[in-house]
Amino acid sequence: MTATLGAVAEALADAPRREWAFVLAATVRVAGDLDVAEECAQEAYVDALQVWARSGVPDRPGAWLTTAARCRAVDRLRRETTLQRKLPLLVEPVEAPSEPGEEPDDDTEAVPDDRLRLVFTCCHPALEPAARIALTLRLVCGVATPDVARAFLVPEPTMAARITRAKKKIAQARIPYRTPAAAELPERLDSVLSTVHLLFSAGHTAPTGEVLVRDDLCERALDLARTLVRLLPGEREVYGLLGLLLLMHARRATRLDARGRLVLLEHQDRHRWDERMILEGLRHTVLGLQGRPGRFALQAAIAGAHATAPAFDLTDWPRIVHLYDLLLAVEPSPVVELNRAAAVAFADGPAPALAVVERLADDPRLRAYPYVHAVRADLLRRLDRPVEAAQSYRAALDLTANGAERDFLQRRLDELAH
Amino acid sequence: MSKYMILIHEREADYATMTPEGWQSLVDAHGAFTKAVADLGGTLVGGEALQPTTTATSIRSGEVTDGPFVESKEALGGFYIVEARDLDHALEIGKLTPAPFGGVEVRPVLDSPAASGSGR
Repeated sequence: MTATLGAVAEALADAPRREWAFVLAATVRVAGDLDVAEECAQEAYVDALQVWARSGVPDRPGAWLTTAARCRAVDRLRRETTLQRKLPLLVEPVEAPSEPGEEPDDDTEAVPDDRLRLVFTCCHPALEPAARIALTLRLVCGVATPDVARAFLVPEPTMAARITRAKKKIAQARIPYRTPAAAELPERLDSVLSTVHLLFSAGHTAPTGEVLVRDDLCERALDLARTLVRLLPGEREVYGLLGLLLLMHARRATRLDARGRLVLLEHQDRHRWDERMILEGLRHTVLGLQGRPGRFALQAAIAGAHATAPAFDLTDWPRIVHLYDLLLAVEPSPVVELNRAAAVAFADGPAPALAVVERLADDPRLRAYPYVHAVRADLLRRLDRPVEAAQSYRAALDLTANGAERDFLQRRLDELAH
Repeated sequence: MSKYMILIHEREADYATMTPEGWQSLVDAHGAFTKAVADLGGTLVGGEALQPTTTATSIRSGEVTDGPFVESKEALGGFYIVEARDLDHALEIGKLTPAPFGGVEVRPVLDSPAASGSGR
């Protein structure tokens, strides 16, 4: 019996992460309400603990959980009638002609995969970007609110309020629970991909705090990107995003030294990069670069060029500058221009790059962006203009909240004094 | 160590529509693969990429015809020959072989006594 209990606990520990989105997404359709669906899904997990201990772990735990959660939702609907639910979610029926009806039956094959609806709802452009990430973590990844709050270093009540506000907006503004039509897909998909990218970035360089990398957030983002590749086969930018995240994550072991200090790309130990992940990343990058490449595929191509350069000195800078040119054409932004300038500095020397960076430093959109000052400082340092370089390092320090990055800038500043 | 051939079968149509940037990333991938094989303890003995099947000529019983021997969407486009400990090792290598538009087939090379330097 203890063995069974152990197996049940194991199956349940494993199930939330892998199955949560599927269970919740399918339940939302029945419940017509995100909160009710979440409660029903949680109750189904509790049910499972008892039932599975009695009769064993079912062959397909996810299907079992989904059926259980949907049954609970149907029960609630019967009890509550329409009194408390004035604003049910706008659930559009599935495109399939033979909808099995709202009643979940034992044939769990019939449960539709609604994860895409859930993702598109959580990442709707009508929600503020921070709320999209929070909702996605909470609803799609099944991360509890206190953990979401911790991930973004905000107080739990703040995060709870942010999530509640977003859910309210979904109901009150009537954001429909559906996957977008073909015509609106590019824009809506971009919002989803940006959300996953932001989630990854938050893990890749934690915005504040002493830790640079939060692997848990990066892994969640990778899981999401992998799921999207499966659910939206043929969407180039989804491949591009997954390729980009893999190629960046492949360098995770080398971005900090043994003392937790930031190590620049230039000094990272390339032998310790995750080769398998690089290969997986390149495979998706190639698929993403088919047709007219989008911004994620192009960023992936840049990350791939770095990931496969045998040494920093052997980096193909002209190619990287060319890729930035293409990226600027699809995503004209001062941040891309800044990154391009950094590549130009290696391709053509610091002087021509500095001219661009000086102009960008005056761009109001980059006023609070520490990297513009950090890049400028580095160029000035290489041009042997230490006084101006120091000024720029100080400006970057003033705008940087991450401990590891601050430490790096401070070290550079100290070196200038010697 | 035993020799295995890794045959790369991919949709040729996807190659026809590749962007220059996609090509370069694919070249990156093959470079990274070469490194990965060594790191896995395997040895890359050889390998070539082939011209598309539109350039192929087939000969059956002496009769020459234009085109590949077997018509299929996913055509043989290249191969590697690796030395690996066993099939599991070869499959590990095969899984890393770049084939974004298809997949690979891993085939043991027939161990011929006449062949020299097989390392046995």
